[in-house]
Amino acid sequence: MKKYTNLGSKDTRSGFGAGLTELGQKNENVVALCADLIGSLKMDDFKKNHPDRFFQVGIAEANMIGLAAGMTIGGKIPFTGTFANFSTGRVYDQIRQSVAYSEKNVKICASHAGLTLGEDGATHQILEDIGLMKMLPGVTVINTCDYNQTKAATLAIADHEGPVYLRFGRPVVPNFIPEDMPFEIGKAVVLSEGTDVTIVAIGHLVWEALQAAEELEKEGISAEVINVHTIKPLDEETILKSVGKTGCIVTAEEHNYLGGLGESVSGVLALNKPTPQEFVAVNDVFGESGTPEALMEKYGLNAKSIIEKAKKVITRK
Amino acid sequence: MKPNTQQLQDLVIQVRRDVLRMVHAVNSGHPGGSLGCAEYFVALYQVIMNRKEGFDMDGKDEDIFFLSNGHISPVFYSVLARSGYFPVSELATFRKIDSRLQGHPTTHSHLPGIRMASGSLGQGLSVALGAAQAKKLNNDANLVYVLMGDGELQEGQNWEALMYAAANKVDNIIATVDLNGKQIDGTTDEVLNMGSLQAKFEAFGWDVLSVEKGNDLEAVINGLQEAKQRTGKQKPVMILLHTEMGNGVDFMMNTHAWHGKAPNNEQLESALNQNIVTLEDY
Repeated sequence: MKKYTNLGSKDTRSGFGAGLTELGQKNENVVALCADLIGSLKMDDFKKNHPDRFFQVGIAEANMIGLAAGMTIGGKIPFTGTFANFSTGRVYDQIRQSVAYSEKNVKICASHAGLTLGEDGATHQILEDIGLMKMLPGVTVINTCDYNQTKAATLAIADHEGPVYLRFGRPVVPNFIPEDMPFEIGKAVVLSEGTDVTIVAIGHLVWEALQAAEELEKEGISAEVINVHTIKPLDEETILKSVGKTGCIVTAEEHNYLGGLGESVSGVLALNKPTPQEFVAVNDVFGESGTPEALMEKYGLNAKSIIEKAKKVITRK
Repeated sequence: MKPNTQQLQDLVIQVRRDVLRMVHAVNSGHPGGSLGCAEYFVALYQVIMNRKEGFDMDGKDEDIFFLSNGHISPVFYSVLARSGYFPVSELATFRKIDSRLQGHPTTHSHLPGIRMASGSLGQGLSVALGAAQAKKLNNDANLVYVLMGDGELQEGQNWEALMYAAANKVDNIIATVDLNGKQIDGTTDEVLNMGSLQAKFEAFGWDVLSVEKGNDLEAVINGLQEAKQRTGKQKPVMILLHTEMGNGVDFMMNTHAWHGKAPNNEQLESALNQNIVTLEDY
């Protein structure tokens, strides 16, 4: 299988910050709003370089979403930044009416998604955000897997007309996507080809999927690893092509199994090619405090779980 | 050419007829607040706002308006149509299937004149402030207007926005509260007494002026002109517009009953007889 090496661990949110900095220089219509989390979202550089295009809104996320919607009227491209929980659930109706239904070109950028937020616990560990956002008509939903991909996605969504939800995380994780790999919204990336089982992963689970595939290979199981990164619109063609070859699939995500990537994939399979599927996801519970590693282990979101599910799904073919 | 006083008065009455006929035709919609804001909308679109021909979403180099309390869509649609944004005949499609005139305004159907969806309350001020800041970034000296209901001030997002506007000196906006003192379940005092809005807005750093006769066209025009004079002075500007819900129809006034109820045939006839046709019905 094709191997990926860690180019040097970094947090995905720093990829967002770097992308935003570059956008600040490249596109004068890009503006940024933040709800009292500039450091956490790595928006410091943009703020320093473009104070006139940076808006500190205070701890008032509902107002931030409305402001962003309004700024599109006049041609601005607003990027909002706060934690994933406060980017979605807290302001769902504002996003629904003022952004999605009003068809505003707002980029909702969300850090600290999922369990890997860690010690702060379940109040902040949203595991429902992908579901919330993918249900809104016209909203593009992206969950990036490492620093390089997050930076590339940040640049790409500025050129996409329409509302986008960009989800990334807090911890320092392996950076393995080649810097020059193009990021195409809605186009999945086949990271490694295989024939026995398809593993489709998003976010922090992509690296875990690659580790799992390496282990499986040692046991004589050939896994195909696909990074879809865009949950909506989902790249149905790439997924269907892969299961046409492997005949079974594991989906892996740092999200509730209800409403997440796995559910979207199930829908595609049910309509086109019923295929055995196993979910690596959170089993409809809230998270808790702990280190990211301990949480991912406890809730079964790592290479070990992917290997178990892969072996199980192969027996169901 | 700006219309004269008689033409404006005629338009106000015709708008009231439109509102009544629209909600009657589909036996749904919100006549009370719509009737109370007829003078405001006519003043805004016919006298006050600097408007370009046609409609484009960005609204650069012109004044723009947002309606936060989207349920008074009938008066908004009527004035937009009679200000040339779309054919007056289209008012007949209000709230019907396949119409661009949805129950609450939307950009989704691409109706000229609408720049955001509203209906879920409390969101309009934030959007208007965002648009005002975009105007500043674009070096566009035109103004942003927004109308809110008084009942919807019970939504917390408004107070986030009020705080933000003063802190950031957004002084190219004129917000207006339709102060009719009524909401679905009763008077605003009965439902959730908000105390002195003037004192609250001033404490939040806004320049507040009051228009006591919100259903007197001349008073409304004067109030809006006064508000314009107060823009550009480092403070956001707020008008407390004292209106009468159901104004122009005797049995719809002094009650909250007509907030979201359409008149029946007899009631419509009585209401229209109190607002004799001035222009032409749609």
